[in-house]
Amino acid sequence: MLKDLFKTKPKYITVKSEQDFQPREEAIEKKEIPDGLWVKCNRCSQITYNKDLERNLKVCPKCGYHFRISSKERLALLTDEGSFQEIDKNLKTVNILDFPDYDNRIKKAVKSTDLTEAVVTGEAMMNGIPVVLAVMDFGFMGASMGSVVGEKITRAAEYAIRKKLPFIAVTASGGARMQEGIMSLMQMAKTSQVLNRLAEAGCVYISVLTDPTTGGVFASFAALGDIIIAEPNALIGFAGARVIQQTIRQTLPPGFQTAEFLLEHGFVDMIVPRKDLKSTLTQLIKFHLNGGGVDVQ
Amino acid sequence: MSNNVGPILEFEKPVVDLEKQIEELKRFSQEKGIDMQEQIAALEQKAENLRMEIYSNLTVMQRIQIVRHPKRPTCLDYIGMIFDNFIELHGDRLYRDDPAMVGGIAYLNGIPVTVVGQQKGRDTKENIYRNFGMPHPEGYRKALRLMKQADKFGRPVICLVDVVGAYPGVEAEERGQGEAIARGIMEMANLRVPVIVAVTGEGGSGGALATGIGNRVLIMENAYYSVISPEGCAAILWRDGSKVQEAAEALKIGAKDLLKMGIVDEIVPEPIGGAHKNPALASKNLKEALVSNLTPLLKLSPSQLLEDRYQRFRNYGQFIEN
Repeated sequence: MLKDLFKTKPKYITVKSEQDFQPREEAIEKKEIPDGLWVKCNRCSQITYNKDLERNLKVCPKCGYHFRISSKERLALLTDEGSFQEIDKNLKTVNILDFPDYDNRIKKAVKSTDLTEAVVTGEAMMNGIPVVLAVMDFGFMGASMGSVVGEKITRAAEYAIRKKLPFIAVTASGGARMQEGIMSLMQMAKTSQVLNRLAEAGCVYISVLTDPTTGGVFASFAALGDIIIAEPNALIGFAGARVIQQTIRQTLPPGFQTAEFLLEHGFVDMIVPRKDLKSTLTQLIKFHLNGGGVDVQ
Repeated sequence: MSNNVGPILEFEKPVVDLEKQIEELKRFSQEKGIDMQEQIAALEQKAENLRMEIYSNLTVMQRIQIVRHPKRPTCLDYIGMIFDNFIELHGDRLYRDDPAMVGGIAYLNGIPVTVVGQQKGRDTKENIYRNFGMPHPEGYRKALRLMKQADKFGRPVICLVDVVGAYPGVEAEERGQGEAIARGIMEMANLRVPVIVAVTGEGGSGGALATGIGNRVLIMENAYYSVISPEGCAAILWRDGSKVQEAAEALKIGAKDLLKMGIVDEIVPEPIGGAHKNPALASKNLKEALVSNLTPLLKLSPSQLLEDRYQRFRNYGQFIEN
């Protein structure tokens, strides 16, 4: 059952507020409250029993605030039970620049998340329809994009092309991974250009932007969906709030760089609450089956 | 050596002091009619040695100082010195004309091309007008419009990259900085004409990559290309602004490292001390590199060009697979 899967993971992530967000892996380490029985909402301060929060898909029952969820929870939410077949699980990160402390950080992230890298990719059924999914996990070094993340996303898109399947990317990321330097920047190119081939193959690409999607991930494949969905209250933007504040030396307008802000400015198609995400995606995909067009005689 | 080279960088002081001494000695010997040829020659030799010593062992941060030098040639300077009959074209057709990004049509050695690039100012007033060469989304959309126009008419595209980063501001976010960069990258990958990118100064992250998807990528000797500025890296990773030098070294952002990693194909030599010491020579070198890299690409078909560029970026990344 869906509920049970949520129960299996007592750890979860809480964030003080969007304004406080630090778009790098440090953020996660600070904001994780292990094994808490009660959880305080970041927005309305409502205190909810942990189990109730999980039952509510980690959405505050009082104000609808969407907490971050792990890739495992996301896959349970979106895919038919037992249908997910992971691909490219065996890609492992190397410290290509010999960057200080990078090996150690990777080791720690692998241990704490039980993942090999910051994105999980594979094929699954969504209400009976086969789809290819790439789901990022902010718990793994802020889901920053280095070689492995870029390669796995590219390969997932290539897999969708081969199998002529819809491609769905659920993003959450602090951006490109500093520790792999320029090679991380090049992943933006790799993951963006493959979308041209996906388009040529006639496969629909839907990106789902979740909290937070920033920097080089937002400025590449995340911003390029045929259809772009955002989760309520997700932080989405290119530059970090601190950087902007330091540049302009003014306080940022309320709601800046939220999903709602992006909708207002025309950069996402819709905001979909978590409970409706699977059904909305299913409806959208149904429009695009078999190329989705009307045969003209 | 040009006399008008602007402010002197800290690490150049010993050489500059010596040069001043030589000048004084020359003046003195002329005024007094004393033959000091030997002493002057010795000092000149000493200065030459010192120059070699300083400039052949530059740290990454010293090179960054050189590429941020106020007299370093800007995009329009290079365009003026390298291309013929440049006609600037303006605007993104959506919002406004961004002075931080320039572009237009010109001839490169007789070949009609489209050239685009980020444009820094040459003084404070111009820098404010140019937003210190940091484009807003409309700048990237202008660049893309011109590149697609080039594609339409079969003109090669030359991108000169010199940007500390895409502008981080409220309006830039409102108008979709992330989307503009992403689309620039994706659509550049679809150009059916030869694309040559030359990083002439700062290759600042996504703001550089948005005009950086080339069949060939060149870099000038002192330029850098990085996922993040060393300052930003030090602040985020170590929460310590004083670790800039360490961050710069760790990120491996200099031309030689980039060549080793296959990110760039060729390093364009600069005059000793940097392009600002002799802009004409820097331009001559850059022009030669542009022409020699463009020539073989002109023989490729549109589909070969697409595939060549696709494979270049497809292959970036290192990992273990088992």
